[in-house]
Amino acid sequence: MSVQSPTADGLPAAPAGTAGPRDRARARVSARGIALVLYIVFLMLPIYWMVNMSLKTNAEILSGLTLYPRNPTLQNYVTIFTDPSWYSGYLNSIHYVALNTVISLVVALPAAYAFSRYRFLGDRHMFFWLLTNRMAPPAVFLLPFFQLYSTIGLFDTHIAVALAHCLFNVPLAVWILEGFMSGVPREIDETAAMDGYGFPRFFLTVFLPLIRSGIGVTAFFCFMFSWVELLLARTLTSVNAKPIAATMTRTVSAAGMDWGLLAAAGVLTIVPGALVIWFVRNYIAKGFALGRV
Amino acid sequence: MDKPWNNRAWLLVLPVVAIVAFSAILPLMTVVNYSVQDIFGPGQAYWVGTEWYRKVLEDERLRDALLRQMLYSLAVLAIEIPLGVAIALCMPSGKGWRTSLTLVLLALPLLIPWNVVGTIWQIFARGDIGLGGAALQRLGLDYNYTGDPLDAWLTVLAMDVWHWTSLVALLAYAGLQAIPPAFYQAAKIDGASRWSVFRYIQLPKMRGVLIIAVLLRFMDSFMIYTEPFVLTGGGPGNATTFLSQFLTRMAVGQFDLGVAAAFSIIYFLIVLLFSYVFYTFITKVGTGDAR
Repeated sequence: MSVQSPTADGLPAAPAGTAGPRDRARARVSARGIALVLYIVFLMLPIYWMVNMSLKTNAEILSGLTLYPRNPTLQNYVTIFTDPSWYSGYLNSIHYVALNTVISLVVALPAAYAFSRYRFLGDRHMFFWLLTNRMAPPAVFLLPFFQLYSTIGLFDTHIAVALAHCLFNVPLAVWILEGFMSGVPREIDETAAMDGYGFPRFFLTVFLPLIRSGIGVTAFFCFMFSWVELLLARTLTSVNAKPIAATMTRTVSAAGMDWGLLAAAGVLTIVPGALVIWFVRNYIAKGFALGRV
Repeated sequence: MDKPWNNRAWLLVLPVVAIVAFSAILPLMTVVNYSVQDIFGPGQAYWVGTEWYRKVLEDERLRDALLRQMLYSLAVLAIEIPLGVAIALCMPSGKGWRTSLTLVLLALPLLIPWNVVGTIWQIFARGDIGLGGAALQRLGLDYNYTGDPLDAWLTVLAMDVWHWTSLVALLAYAGLQAIPPAFYQAAKIDGASRWSVFRYIQLPKMRGVLIIAVLLRFMDSFMIYTEPFVLTGGGPGNATTFLSQFLTRMAVGQFDLGVAAAFSIIYFLIVLLFSYVFYTFITKVGTGDAR
């Protein structure tokens, strides 16, 4: 019996031989394709509408619906890139997101190794406790965070937001990394030990390169959840470390909403995410399963 | 494969414990303090015991918010999980550009800051300047998400589906990709129908990732705040005021510290309870690797 390769959608091809089932299979495949395209159109429409609006003047936005800008203008983007109070928002966001990603990875890597390799007193409780922090509603921590960081003089600094975001990013990082590390056979550890590698040297030069993709995926997730969070970031900052997402509320003024500017700022917040996704696109599927498929 | 018992592993976990203790236990203790005291100012705190808790539990607005929250989270799960699985089944496999493009486009909404998600939908759903809102009105529907509670609720739901179904789809897709082709060939030899392939091969293989999906979607929808805050501000009336928003309004808006803290504890305990149920569930079903 000849082995047929799966069709484009990963499902078995219809049995060959008769024309009927094959045609039906092809029709079914294209029906799937259409459904997928429709869903992606649904995803893209609101984003397109924002891009569309960011290229219009406010007068054009308010004068009526047009499916594309009649007089495309980059004025909204120029405003953002020339006004420090606007573009510093982006720099602040990128600053604390990067800090948070680094902190999360550095503390999570050894812990994930411990969870994936050893059993120790209270390990399961510990793991569960970590996960509950990923599930704690940020709103619960709003007030205490504000007071804690004010008391120790970290209010309105990038490190404050980075530390606050560790609340949900560190547990997540441990969880994902543990999944990837468990996929590495333990014989590797034993061989390295026999070859005379000490733990730090083994960990840094042998083990970490083996879970490169896992580290990449984890960094991606830390970036993602820190980048999209607003509630804590906004509460812990006022001027110096204010995130772009909070800056956007400025577009509401006495003169009404500055829709064009708001849309342009929104479009620019999508760009870093889109770039990061492009870089990790080959690991995305496995990464989203947290390394456990 | 049994892991060796070694308590020195604690040393490796220590940094995580330190940092999470700083950002979780310390603040949580502050909340506990507030919830059992009446605080007038620095040094002027009075023990009130369970008074705040009783007040919270008797509050009807809270019960309404909790009910709304439950209903919302259930609706989110009921729509996003089947839809996400369906999308994953439609996705192309292999390493071609089509797969890459689909993955990137699907993941895009997940990387948009949550308040921008609110903004996008605000712009999209408005009747005067929004494509979606205008289209619905053109169809003769009396759609107005700022005035009509049901429209507002449905808009927030649509926004959540738009925002998060991709996560479910990507998880389910990862599960599907892990199925060896031999399974499909065996099914074909047995003459299995499309439905039985799904029911007896694909669904069981997706079980692990789907549990993660349900867990993440339930937790995140249970603490949703930013998106409805930007889109509807919780209104009209209280139609889209969910628990987190109710809490922030109480803590920051009215500065009812004691009540807000007691509420925080109850809120956290509810989440903890669900987490525990899910966690034991996950530990039971997996073969130990999915703990």
